[in-house]
Amino acid sequence: MSHDHDHPDHSHVPPEPALRVQALESLLTRKGLVDPGALEAIIETYSEEVGPRNGARVVARSWVDAGYRQWLLDDATAAIAHLGYEGRQGEHMVALENTERVHNLVVCTLCSCYPWTVLGIPPGWYKSEAYRARAVREPRAVLAEFGVYLDDDTEVRLWDSTAEIRYLVVPQRPAGTEGWSEEALAELVTRDAMVGAGRALAPGQAGGAA
Amino acid sequence: MHGDHQPPFEAPWQAQAFALAVHLNQRGLFTWSEWAAALAAERRRSAEAGVADEPQQYYLDWLQALERLLTERGEAAADELGTFREAWVAAYEATPHGHPVRLEKGFDALSRSRHG
Repeated sequence: MSHDHDHPDHSHVPPEPALRVQALESLLTRKGLVDPGALEAIIETYSEEVGPRNGARVVARSWVDAGYRQWLLDDATAAIAHLGYEGRQGEHMVALENTERVHNLVVCTLCSCYPWTVLGIPPGWYKSEAYRARAVREPRAVLAEFGVYLDDDTEVRLWDSTAEIRYLVVPQRPAGTEGWSEEALAELVTRDAMVGAGRALAPGQAGGAA
Repeated sequence: MHGDHQPPFEAPWQAQAFALAVHLNQRGLFTWSEWAAALAAERRRSAEAGVADEPQQYYLDWLQALERLLTERGEAAADELGTFREAWVAAYEATPHGHPVRLEKGFDALSRSRHG
């Protein structure tokens, strides 16, 4: 990799944003405002444990358990916490049910508010200016780009996330999955489907479909 | 591109900046609404300035929002941040390749270059 003939004998100086983060973290640590161990724990949690698999388990449970589904639609914050996923920012969760007649799509027009607890860190496209603007202006066109083609009589409902309210879309259960276990069903639930920018996978599409 | 298994961060500094905001919120330095407002303002500033919306821009705005919020609240003055940044650069430059980089070494190098 090194074709640098002036290879310095000192350590490589990191890029500018890394230096700024390091300055901020070390300054706040000295002031006692930051516990570096806690930072590491947060990074580890969000890099490895918290992700769309959490949301997939919530959705799969709602597919097999009608009582749970009703609870989720009535009080998503409590129903999701019941499975062990609790918000760090005290945000209120709302579950949105996709049906034959209604397709829900979630956006955050201001920044990138997102239900981290159940979906992890938002993907690049969710944070992009293009998605944030176009989802409002032409949701059907955006959905078509994600491979979701809706009939004209299907209503699109757009939900704008805020710091206080985060949405989880409950996609429709795919046909041909009668009698499937909750675990197998969870494999069909993608992150995009839980933002509304996709559908749950059909049987046979799952498995390695990253 | 729409897969569930994209790495959440493109560079370690992005994860650090993300964790700092979450941690400081948990410690009560700001509410999450205050944070979202600060981030939204920064995102808007970049968009209005015509900055290309590259994937890393989101975390650059995140970092800028964090610096601004903490500076406004008197927790991290701009000149303090500048000094710590300089000390880190000096520490990297004073540390042989492969050795742990310590901030103290950077402050020592800075004071030597100022007084010597």
